[in-house]
Amino acid sequence: MGKKKFLSWTLLLLLLVSTALYGCSSDNGSEESGSEGGSTEEKQLIFGRGGDSVSLDPITVTDGESFKVTKNIFDTLVNFGEQDTEIEPALASDWTASEDGLTYTFTLEEGVKFHDDTDFNAEAVVKNFERWAAGDGEQYPYYGSMFGGYGDDEGHVIESVEATGDYEVTFTLNRPQAPFLKNLAMSPFAIASPTAFEAAGDTFGDKPIGTGPFKFVEWKRNDTITIEKFDDYWVDGEPKLDQVVFRAIPDNSARLNALLSGEIDLADGITPSDAGTIEGDENLQLFERPSMNVGYLGMTVTREPFDDPKVRQAINHAIDKQAIVDAFFEGRAEVAKNPIPPVISGYNDSIEDYVYDPERAKELLAEAGLPDGFEMELYAMPVPRPYMPDGQKVAEAIQKNLADVGVTAEIVSFEWATYLEKAANGEADAFLLGWTGDNGDADNFLYALLDQDNVGTNNYTYYKNQELHDILIEAQSEVDEDLRNELYMQAQEIIHEDAPWVPLAHSTPLLAGGNNVINFKAHPTGSDKLASVDLE
Amino acid sequence: MLHYIGRRLLQLIPVLLGMTFIVFMIIRAIPGDPAQVILGQQASEEAIKALRSNLGLDNPWYIQYFDYLKGLVTGDLGESLRTRTPVVDEVWPYLAATIELSLFAIIIAVIIGINAGIISAWFQNSWFDYLAMIIALIGVSMPIFWLGLMNQWIFSIELGILPTTGRENVRDPVDVITNFYVIDTLIAGDFNQLATVLKHLVLPGTALATIPMAIIARMTRSSMLEVMRSDYVRTARSKGLSMFWVVYKHALKNAIIPVLTIIGLQMGLLLGGAILTETIFGWPGIGRYIYEAIGFRDYPVIQSGILIVAFIFVMINLFVDLLYGLVDPRIKYD
Repeated sequence: MGKKKFLSWTLLLLLLVSTALYGCSSDNGSEESGSEGGSTEEKQLIFGRGGDSVSLDPITVTDGESFKVTKNIFDTLVNFGEQDTEIEPALASDWTASEDGLTYTFTLEEGVKFHDDTDFNAEAVVKNFERWAAGDGEQYPYYGSMFGGYGDDEGHVIESVEATGDYEVTFTLNRPQAPFLKNLAMSPFAIASPTAFEAAGDTFGDKPIGTGPFKFVEWKRNDTITIEKFDDYWVDGEPKLDQVVFRAIPDNSARLNALLSGEIDLADGITPSDAGTIEGDENLQLFERPSMNVGYLGMTVTREPFDDPKVRQAINHAIDKQAIVDAFFEGRAEVAKNPIPPVISGYNDSIEDYVYDPERAKELLAEAGLPDGFEMELYAMPVPRPYMPDGQKVAEAIQKNLADVGVTAEIVSFEWATYLEKAANGEADAFLLGWTGDNGDADNFLYALLDQDNVGTNNYTYYKNQELHDILIEAQSEVDEDLRNELYMQAQEIIHEDAPWVPLAHSTPLLAGGNNVINFKAHPTGSDKLASVDLE
Repeated sequence: MLHYIGRRLLQLIPVLLGMTFIVFMIIRAIPGDPAQVILGQQASEEAIKALRSNLGLDNPWYIQYFDYLKGLVTGDLGESLRTRTPVVDEVWPYLAATIELSLFAIIIAVIIGINAGIISAWFQNSWFDYLAMIIALIGVSMPIFWLGLMNQWIFSIELGILPTTGRENVRDPVDVITNFYVIDTLIAGDFNQLATVLKHLVLPGTALATIPMAIIARMTRSSMLEVMRSDYVRTARSKGLSMFWVVYKHALKNAIIPVLTIIGLQMGLLLGGAILTETIFGWPGIGRYIYEAIGFRDYPVIQSGILIVAFIFVMINLFVDLLYGLVDPRIKYD
């Protein structure tokens, strides 16, 4: 390195340092939180989250990070309630269902525009459903799983969707589907501009056009998605914000740091152990997302000794759930006794949970011919999930509980995709897992997770019970709410008796925001509508 | 010279080819099904089967590998299974973000590392020497996530002078032209934004620079010590040249070659090894792109992402080899 080179390096370093110093002194305030951020007087809300979206064409994806954004660009025919899964009007102002549950007629809002100025009307709704029904499981995965298939598939619930007026749409079903309206409220079934998706084809997700409160502006992959106020939004006085930026900050601690320094206004994925920090900070507030999930210990019933219901009941008695909830959920969860959370219609509260009783557990093991216990592998989740913030620690607690009744559990863990595959293949003796509901319906828990139809996919325990199956299938098409709930009550009794799971907890996921965030209501589905959110 | 470069480039082909094969085999050896991951937990058996055959995942591995190679020859790096976008189209912003961060980090590492190494060698066994080498040892052993989070806490939350995460102030976003934000803000002539972008580089850049900085410092020190004992340095000193010029002009020239090698290797490592830093600092770079692709079993992205990083890595090494010739006239390429 010569004299000249050395000098130029030094100069460059000086330049860097001086620019940085200059920067520190000149643009203070732009990193501060509050409404005078950046160069405008606009109300900008920065929402920090754990990951990026996959696509902004909601029908093509299954991940929550995509729906978080699309929920604000699009509207659905009907809405969930503000913080529950009751059905409310949205693009459809009113609807009637026939006695037999085979015909639904929707009256649509008039004068609604898509962001590209296309008129929203019955024709637009029909075109959306035609697009989805012509697809397949690869293109539009949620359509097939919620409506039983595509086109002429045997299981396809929707026979036809017709425009019976300019602002009236009639659905004819092949068979009654009890959660039909709840399904329609799900984010993937948002109504998109036919003009836009016909022109864009597969690239519609790069420039999504809906009728929602915000228009798409820009997407910097793995970094930020920006949406801005749609001036002609059909709901008067909404949205309140001028712009929302969704920022991907994968590390939980770093996301909290960004919130503490005011770079973001709202952060999700707050760990229970950080809740104290937020509550002790006068500039911040904590938001609770109503629980619609379950975390559980599954036992694979095809593997010895878990093929014996007595052994599974013994394990249920052996585990101290309350201690686990207190220690690893910081109390921000309730102990679970059923596979569905209490907010869900059809929850059976009369079920008496297996009490924590090591002695009873030992007795049951002895009855099952295992007085000296046995050895097993216990799968511990490698990643934090909303329904289980720390799978490793929960596994250690369970390991200790099991040791007390003579069962030796070896904890094993794998990278997430491998973990799911091994569990789905039935390779685990017992495993920790969980589920967050899609549409707030009992079917979406009980049938999806415990029916024999779903062994090998979401029924990781390989538990099969014909009686349960008949009840669940009947409930799917029972349109009378009371009768249907009665069926689910019975289903939970059967599951309780057979005990393929140890239901552990229904957790309350946490978010945090600056004190200037007004009217933010976290939704149990995990996608939050920000139309009425404001900044002071 | 040209002949040499041509030969080196030809040698790269079997190296990269072997690498694609190894990566291809490894990612298929680990369990996990892309179709299952893409379709989510709700998917039916049939949908998963259909998608597997659509993606060609039900073909034997050698056919899949051959198809991938066929694509590579025509410049097709495959299509991301998750975003359904050709890798060629989506990879650049990630790559640019990582290159920008790595260059920033390597500049810091080189300036501080080389000078610390020189001074340590010059004043061998002084308090500075011991201190610098202890710090270097700590730097190599310091876990980046701890250092990163600590720096965020000190400089962002307590002092409020640097941003915690990201590439830009999202309240005043950069207009992207080249995806190198430093260059983009310069083109736009927005010096306020340039300052903000540089400030965003400081924390992840220094976190990323710690390890190479320490390695470069130690390498420079040992290399300089060897040279300082040589005859011509003694001659230069006896001629009455100031120590500063002897060290920085005469000695450094001969000591720098092994250091250059290390810098080249470290630069290559930064490109692919910045996953932790990119995660902690929310930096949308290629390390995280590949890492997330692994989680999703997005085979084409993993294969092509690693291929791109490996290609840059070997190109840097070639460039370093050519630099030797410039630094040391005794080295000739023919």
